[in-house]
Amino acid sequence: MTTGDTTPSGGSVTSSAPLRSADLALAEFLRGEGRRVVATLTRQLGDLALAEDAVQDASLRALEVWARDGVPENPGAWLFVAAKRRAIDILRRERSRFDKERQATIMSALTAPDDAPHDLEDDQLRLIFTCCHPALSTEAQVALSLRVLCGLTVAEVARSLLASEQTMAKRLTRARTKIAKAGIPYVVPRPDELPERVDGVTTTVYLLFSEGYASLSDGPALRSALADEAIRLGRLLTVLLPGSPAVEGLLATMLLQHSRRASRFDANGDVVLLADQDRALWNTALINEGLALAAAAITHSPRHPERFAVTAAIAGCHALAADPAETDWPAILRWYDVLATIDPNPVVKLNRAAALAESGSPGEALADVDALVGLDSYFWFHATRAELLARRGAAADASVAAQRALELTDSEPQRRLLRRRYPPVPGATSSEVPL
Amino acid sequence: MPLYAAIIYSADVDWSLPEYADETKEYMAFAEGAAAVIRGGAALYPTATATTVTVKGGKGGDVVLSDGPYAETKEALTGFYLLECADLDEAIRHAAAIPGAWNGAIEVRPVLPLMS
Repeated sequence: MTTGDTTPSGGSVTSSAPLRSADLALAEFLRGEGRRVVATLTRQLGDLALAEDAVQDASLRALEVWARDGVPENPGAWLFVAAKRRAIDILRRERSRFDKERQATIMSALTAPDDAPHDLEDDQLRLIFTCCHPALSTEAQVALSLRVLCGLTVAEVARSLLASEQTMAKRLTRARTKIAKAGIPYVVPRPDELPERVDGVTTTVYLLFSEGYASLSDGPALRSALADEAIRLGRLLTVLLPGSPAVEGLLATMLLQHSRRASRFDANGDVVLLADQDRALWNTALINEGLALAAAAITHSPRHPERFAVTAAIAGCHALAADPAETDWPAILRWYDVLATIDPNPVVKLNRAAALAESGSPGEALADVDALVGLDSYFWFHATRAELLARRGAAADASVAAQRALELTDSEPQRRLLRRRYPPVPGATSSEVPL
Repeated sequence: MPLYAAIIYSADVDWSLPEYADETKEYMAFAEGAAAVIRGGAALYPTATATTVTVKGGKGGDVVLSDGPYAETKEALTGFYLLECADLDEAIRHAAAIPGAWNGAIEVRPVLPLMS
């Protein structure tokens, strides 16, 4: 639904495009700079919404000036100064938005002797914890992270999360209002609060990653950039929390999954299944880094492994197999059993069933899948059923399941794969009673 | 510093009855521990004593009374505190120490500063 649309805002450039216009390159560069300046300015002003507005205006100005005069020597500092000026303008113009006391505080912060962007990692970490504060809904956390941490425009956030721009603008406004009025602090939580906060942060970062990862081929370039962004945030978190198994596991999982990026789609943009992927295309550096982190994550949570330590272990099992036949499916199955004790949700059980099928018990796997409840609107449920049914020779049933899966995905490559693998069978209709 | 209302929703209890003395003591212990941030608050009589007032037909219309609380819920509004805290995190830390947090739930809401 959203994957085909093209706009001049930068979302439409695919990674295979040979050339990018200078404007787009500049806009993308600005996005990175803008994100850092938002982080620093938020610390200085104590007001995320104001910082965002000021940086957005300054970015538009930069686009004009830089395209004309060239990119300045220190673009971050240029943008910072421009954003500060803009913040002063906003403060003067929109008096109603700030109470007097607050306005005075912000103004004095703005006019205090300049501190150029510094300690960027710290500022960004603070922002991560603000955007992923558990007092915000998960939807709000993800939307804010895309907007503030990844620097997407509201239109891009909306497209990414399959919502209308209007809905997304409202959701973001509500979240910003809550941050400002409820006083969600712009700090890295105290050590004793970190454990409970890390869970939400890692979950959000992984959602960002999945958002990009799910659509590397047919989505706009910005979505694949999300996977890179999520990995960047994951790396930032390892700086803050060295030795945290949740963070190590998160980063390991992302790196190991990302290592297969070049092999997941063929030249036509069609999905290449894991078993058929050219493993020579897998990124060895990412695999090695991911495996080391996965091992550390498991070592650091020996008795009660962290959820992401386990997902990293599973991704590691795949990465270690030089060819598909070498994949240690029984080990993967055991890890899924561990995962199911930590996170007993039907999606985990679905994945476990897939591993069970690969371990040589496809019949048992199908029975397990059929026993799952609550996944009727989940694409992978029907796609997995189609595959398991096809393997049993039940082509008609497989085709019906595939039809249901087709209705649940917007991904063209996924749709082509389903049509190719489970062709319609005469007489089979999708009138099957949903489970 | 911002002011937060920590609104307590818990079992509908009658604080005036001696059988709630133990729980009342827990609240007194909380109040002592959080004395530095508490700016006000009150315990409420049970919902059986509540009267709900509505003016029908807009301002100046008929006053309609009904017996009981505005919303019939399992967990009743049983009291509240006003806490002056640096930020939401501090308010949450204190709210988590209110006995109602484990007997029910505490809603933490920022208080709108009145214009002076």
